[in-house]
Amino acid sequence: MTMVSASPASAPRDGLLSHARHIVAENPVTGIAFGLFALLVIAAVLGPWIVPYDPLASDTVNALQPPSAAHWFGTDQLGRDIFSRVVVATRLDMVIAIASVALVFIAGGFAGIASGYFGGWTDRIVGRVSDTIMAFPLFVLAMGIVAALGNTVTNIVIATAIINFPLYVRVARAEANIRREAGFVQAARLTGNSEMRILLTQIAPNILPLMMVQVSLTMGYAILNAAGLSFIGLGVRPPTPEWGIMVAEGASFIVSGEWWIAFFPGVTLMLAVFCFNLLGDGLRDLVDPQRRT
Amino acid sequence: MLKQIIKRMATAIPSIIGVVIVTFLLTRVLPGDTAAYFAGPAASEQAISEIRAKLGLDQPLPVQFLAYVKDLATGNLGNSLTTGQPVLDDIRARLPASAELTLLGLLLSVLVAVPLGILAAVRQGSWIDHLCRLVATAGVSLPVFFTGLLLVYVFYFKLGWAPAPLGRLDFFYSPPETITGFYLVDSLLAGDIEVFRASWSQIWLPAVTLAIFSLAPIARMTRASMLAVLASDFVRTARASGLKPRKVVLGYAFRNALLPVVTTLGMVFSFLLGANVLVEKVFAWPGIGSYAIEALITSDYAPVQGFVLAMAILYVLLNLLIDIVYGLIDPRVRIEA
Repeated sequence: MTMVSASPASAPRDGLLSHARHIVAENPVTGIAFGLFALLVIAAVLGPWIVPYDPLASDTVNALQPPSAAHWFGTDQLGRDIFSRVVVATRLDMVIAIASVALVFIAGGFAGIASGYFGGWTDRIVGRVSDTIMAFPLFVLAMGIVAALGNTVTNIVIATAIINFPLYVRVARAEANIRREAGFVQAARLTGNSEMRILLTQIAPNILPLMMVQVSLTMGYAILNAAGLSFIGLGVRPPTPEWGIMVAEGASFIVSGEWWIAFFPGVTLMLAVFCFNLLGDGLRDLVDPQRRT
Repeated sequence: MLKQIIKRMATAIPSIIGVVIVTFLLTRVLPGDTAAYFAGPAASEQAISEIRAKLGLDQPLPVQFLAYVKDLATGNLGNSLTTGQPVLDDIRARLPASAELTLLGLLLSVLVAVPLGILAAVRQGSWIDHLCRLVATAGVSLPVFFTGLLLVYVFYFKLGWAPAPLGRLDFFYSPPETITGFYLVDSLLAGDIEVFRASWSQIWLPAVTLAIFSLAPIARMTRASMLAVLASDFVRTARASGLKPRKVVLGYAFRNALLPVVTTLGMVFSFLLGANVLVEKVFAWPGIGSYAIEALITSDYAPVQGFVLAMAILYVLLNLLIDIVYGLIDPRVRIEA
């Protein structure tokens, strides 16, 4: 975390550690969030090797079984083991979220820094693009983009990145704007660095901590958004295990009382989003203590 | 005053232009060849190129754009392949259902979130403050379609307090005469308590689902802006002058704290209009969201484009309305404008 100590707002390194300890101690929920995060990572990396059943294997004799010792989360209408499907789905959901956040982190971050640093026309164009995106209800825009570009997972990633673009631009632009005439920037300019080089080597590293907070705050939203899109039948197709689509498959069984089909993927989805939101809050407290709520 | 409202309305024009350009681009990057799609799978090469000419797809993009704008100006959004109706008529027929649900959800959420936020700010650090924080964090983490299903399970399957999630009105009743298009309002206007009760029993569960979803940002914002106002000088002065705490909080602090909350409503609407689509699917609500989903499933693109455009324009107008209301509430904005 050397990036964090590069920020003028944070204390030296040992101070940072004790500050981190203080935040975790004051808000033990952040500790729980780290635990959940570790579980998610394990499920995403090792998922297919640690589950007891094949997530795609149907077993119609044991269809619609409630949770039991053999099937922890029960089985669905085709007799597939829901626990295995939920665990295996972690990877796909995480990959969608991470890919879309990485995409918008680079595109939105760069556009925002350029817009805040150069101002003028760059600022006007980037601002106009952001405003146009913000003129749509975001989930609706995502639906429209996926419908237009085609119903694939890649397009879900693109759509999720596009709707988060204005958020990243706003943070990066504000931070870059504050620093455009800072002493270290002027010093870099005086020693003959090109503007683009200053942008990448002086401004960007300085606003990285705040951007990382933004990343973890939008991860949760990205997961929700992707699951919402697949819930309405966009992107991921059955029988691929994915949380949103599993909830959609279980939806028709809720009214007849088979709650476990939709419940377990839904709860997992909720916990994943909850985990990232808490991590984001904790990270923000760490990086930018003034913005604590 | 009127002049200022007109001036504000002018600020919505760039947004509308942006929305029209984006929706145009979305229609032109349809998967595959649009003409081939409209011609059907058995069409010959010649038929496809005829349709291409008929749809104007052989024209350069700017010309196509002008034609698109002209279509929009005359309200021509194309026809739905599934219903066979013009998309505009379909959307107009289904919009009241969505609007009724969204507005009721927002109303419920404001009724709970604002008092919760105020109490959390006044009694900072108490159990109610922690409750507010919990609601704010949990609310943004809950997938709205999942909350809806949970509520259906508990209140329909377990308790039987709500009817099956199958639309606006039990088929047993006939809908009230259309005046506003809102069943709750129309049935009251017609004096039909029976139908009012029936439509209320259908709408409350999806409305609560939406309310839970939008609770978080409103409660969080109310709390934050109340905290800021309560720490300000004029509140200290009011307290020092011996005014009753109730009077200080509700009479002075709250009115000032309301402004940021009104601004947040713009963001809340963005979430609500999106969440509405998911809730409509869960509760088989016959609004424009489920219309768009049905169209998506059958690859019927005109309704989807019409839906995106309608929602975006609605959202721009809502933001405009919020802006105007903001100007009405806050005299300072009026003077500066």
